[in-house]
Amino acid sequence: MTMRAVSFELNGEPVAALARPLDTLQSVLRQQLGMTGTKAGCRQGGCGSCTVRMDGEPVLACLVPVEHVEGHSVTTIEGLGSADALSPVQATFFERFAIQCGFCSPGMIMVATALLERNPDPSRAEITEALAGNVCRCTGIAPIVDAIEAAASRIREKEGAEA
Amino acid sequence: MTLLRGRGMAAVNYPTGMNLGGDPSQALVHATTTGAFVITLSSVDLGQGLKTVLAQIGAETLGVPFDTVRVDTADSDTGPHCMGTFASRATHRAGNAIIRAAEEARNEMLEVAAEELEAAPEDLETDGEGDIVVVGSPDKRISVTDVALAAHFKQGRTISGRGLYMKPKSDLDPETGAMDPDSTEAHACTVAEVEVDTETGQVRVLSLKSAYEIGKALNPALVEGQITGGAWMGMSHALYETTAPYYPALDHSPGDFNNYLMPGAAELPEIESTMLEMASANGPFGAKGVGEMTANSPIPAIANAVTDAIGVQITELPITPEKVLRALEEVAA
Amino acid sequence: MNQAKPFNVIGRAHERRDGLGHVTGTTVYVDDVSFPRMCHLKMVRNPLVHARIRGIDFSEAEKVPGFVTALTARDVPKNVYTILCLIGVEPDDEPVLAEDRVRYRGEQIAAVVAETEAAATEAAAKVRLDLEELPHVLDVEEALAPGAPVVTHWGTNHFVYEGHHCRRVRYGDAEAARERAEHVVSGRYQLSPIEHAPVETTGCVAKPEADGRVTIYTNTQAIYFSLDNTALILGVPPHQLHFVGGTVGGGFGGKVDVIVEPIAALAAMRTGRPVKYMYTRPEEMQVSSTRSAARIYIRDGVTADGTIVSREVTTFHDAGAYSRHTPYGCTKHAANAAGPYTIPNVSVDVHCVYTNRQPSSAMRGFGVTEASFAVEMQMDRVARELGLDPWELRLRHAYRNGDERPYRKTTEDASLVEAIQAAATLAGIELSGELQAMTSDDGNGGER
Repeated sequence: MTMRAVSFELNGEPVAALARPLDTLQSVLRQQLGMTGTKAGCRQGGCGSCTVRMDGEPVLACLVPVEHVEGHSVTTIEGLGSADALSPVQATFFERFAIQCGFCSPGMIMVATALLERNPDPSRAEITEALAGNVCRCTGIAPIVDAIEAAASRIREKEGAEA
Repeated sequence: MTLLRGRGMAAVNYPTGMNLGGDPSQALVHATTTGAFVITLSSVDLGQGLKTVLAQIGAETLGVPFDTVRVDTADSDTGPHCMGTFASRATHRAGNAIIRAAEEARNEMLEVAAEELEAAPEDLETDGEGDIVVVGSPDKRISVTDVALAAHFKQGRTISGRGLYMKPKSDLDPETGAMDPDSTEAHACTVAEVEVDTETGQVRVLSLKSAYEIGKALNPALVEGQITGGAWMGMSHALYETTAPYYPALDHSPGDFNNYLMPGAAELPEIESTMLEMASANGPFGAKGVGEMTANSPIPAIANAVTDAIGVQITELPITPEKVLRALEEVAA
Repeated sequence: MNQAKPFNVIGRAHERRDGLGHVTGTTVYVDDVSFPRMCHLKMVRNPLVHARIRGIDFSEAEKVPGFVTALTARDVPKNVYTILCLIGVEPDDEPVLAEDRVRYRGEQIAAVVAETEAAATEAAAKVRLDLEELPHVLDVEEALAPGAPVVTHWGTNHFVYEGHHCRRVRYGDAEAARERAEHVVSGRYQLSPIEHAPVETTGCVAKPEADGRVTIYTNTQAIYFSLDNTALILGVPPHQLHFVGGTVGGGFGGKVDVIVEPIAALAAMRTGRPVKYMYTRPEEMQVSSTRSAARIYIRDGVTADGTIVSREVTTFHDAGAYSRHTPYGCTKHAANAAGPYTIPNVSVDVHCVYTNRQPSSAMRGFGVTEASFAVEMQMDRVARELGLDPWELRLRHAYRNGDERPYRKTTEDASLVEAIQAAATLAGIELSGELQAMTSDDGNGGER
């Protein structure tokens, strides 16, 4: 099988990856591009720990052949914020103990971030629906829902203040 | 379609530590030259927050701010032995080992401070904010940082300590089962409310209300984490999970998360809890192990609630819609 | 120690030390670890249930581009898992790689190492197995019946506890007390095997070092336990191994079997290269150990006034094909099998039974989850059959400080009474004055 170069935008920067046909975005991110924040919990689309955003939409990187991202923009957890500049969702997850082992956290945070951009004032039911594809085995999920509600309100306050 | 409501309760105990003992953990504590402290261990954090709570135990014992205490763990070249994280033992064993090590280090720290302040060690106390003060004379004080510098470069001594905690291994009597199976016991009681749909057989857990007696909540947020996570896992165990849907047959054994059923965010019940603290005689600051018990009391509480709703016990887990419908047929017959 | 002072640090909800790493995706888990020249290990597994191994043919596998080596039982210096003997329980029964027989679907037979994961997967799939199917048994009571296919190498389908076929507790005379009691309440309770299902699968990376040592990065729950077992299997002094870990993406008891480190370390030593061995999700679900299924029979003798004077518990724990930690778990279950209640006559028989399914092992609540489930359903059954209030039944029988447990230990830190009372309050259930007044120190539970 021949390799080909796939060019796309990753966390705002142009990158190129070498891929064989049907190499997953998940494996390319983790093994070639050093983005190990995107996890590999099942590689079958069942756990959501590999959630990244493609043109803003949350997708399961384990189910995306990397050639499909040619020319598109991909955001991973690494593009969201850092320890000294957490995004609102990252901050509320941290402050409200919506994390335990941390393995599901990047995926959860990516889904939550995408949700709040599209729906800044989600109901609890809308949040739970958005999380339907993400497995958490440790927290019991309720703290994650609470953290997302808190992030929504923090973002709305901040935007209200800036308006 | 009828929705039947039911309420059930269950009361449980949970032992802390390996059955029959013989599971030691060790800790080493030392001050850096600038008065921070490192606790060296081999204990493993599974996500429950062990690294955090053990730092709290160390900081409290030493009498220094939490932020100045680091935990360095799980490298066999540097960490002393720990049996491992299981049997709800980690906070209890490693915590007690840290208290012993930190007490030794604290005594050394106070001796150094005493010499610097020209006082007796027994007249000193730590203020928990980074200083050591002469009791009754708040102006006679020295920072922990300066104490460490004085120790390492002036007095030429270390500030360190070591500790090991072990419940000695005991044997049991094979005839009578006489044994000593725990260091301490925690207790819990859960009340579950469920709603059973008689047409689909689905059970919805409406609420789980529980009391947990845990000795001492060293970090209440981390205990809450175990309570909430455990409640969810208990509910999952009672109603959803199985690797053998037609046990004991091997058929249809799930190979992925799509077939291994667990409740999602939409299935969450209302979870309310209260923590009781009745200190254990041998736990660190009275704490008992909590990580496993929290998943245990919801399971029979939910099963008992289903019984209350439909009038017959389903005694085989998980209580799937199929089992509920068969039980309802039995009741009708 | 400053006992009288209020606490400065404990009792407070300090933020998690690893929290920032978790929310920024910078926490390093085992699968995030990589080294130059690292190869991958995939396991060839038994596709049948119970079978004799007649031959293993690697000729097609070796042709796969990127194939590095394959390991079988012959290559393992001491080919037996020793997790039990390190906690004082014998015999050890499970090979690292199968020798002449396989006893459960998914059992490891040969390890294939290749340059890439894809090559290792392809090569493992091309290993040809010559297997002769043997009869198998899956039900715990069938496994103990005469004529059942034998699972273990020592010839019985039960673990032998110091000459007994089960772990026993005998306190008072349960049979006699039951015969004197006005009512007998019986129940049969069955738990299913369940998976730990952590979001991170079990795995490790083994790396040979220049000085001849091997470093193993692992998500084990027990660093030294894993190190000691690995050293025994490899036949090297423990200090030759360096275990690094401490960050686990969910454990729940599923990462204490030391199942990946020994073979990965062996592969690293043989190839001179780092070797990664991560369980796939199907392996985690269908091969890695589960909680034991347990079948529990309880028979209680209850007097006319609703006092439980005897409790007989017979449990069959499904260990699956190999012991792992189950014989120990059965002992823990035996201690808790009669529940947190004072009952003057108790008899417990806990059988550790071998069947041809994936082995069970430690899981959150090990041994006690089963006891709590069965006992609490049984308590409700007693209440229903005799028309008793379930709250009163628990509170009357809850053990108190000073009570002797069926395993002959005097209770010191009882708090069940208080937990029950607090739960009732939280749930808005009013208990009678008499029940509200009970405490763990009133010496008044059950018949003593």
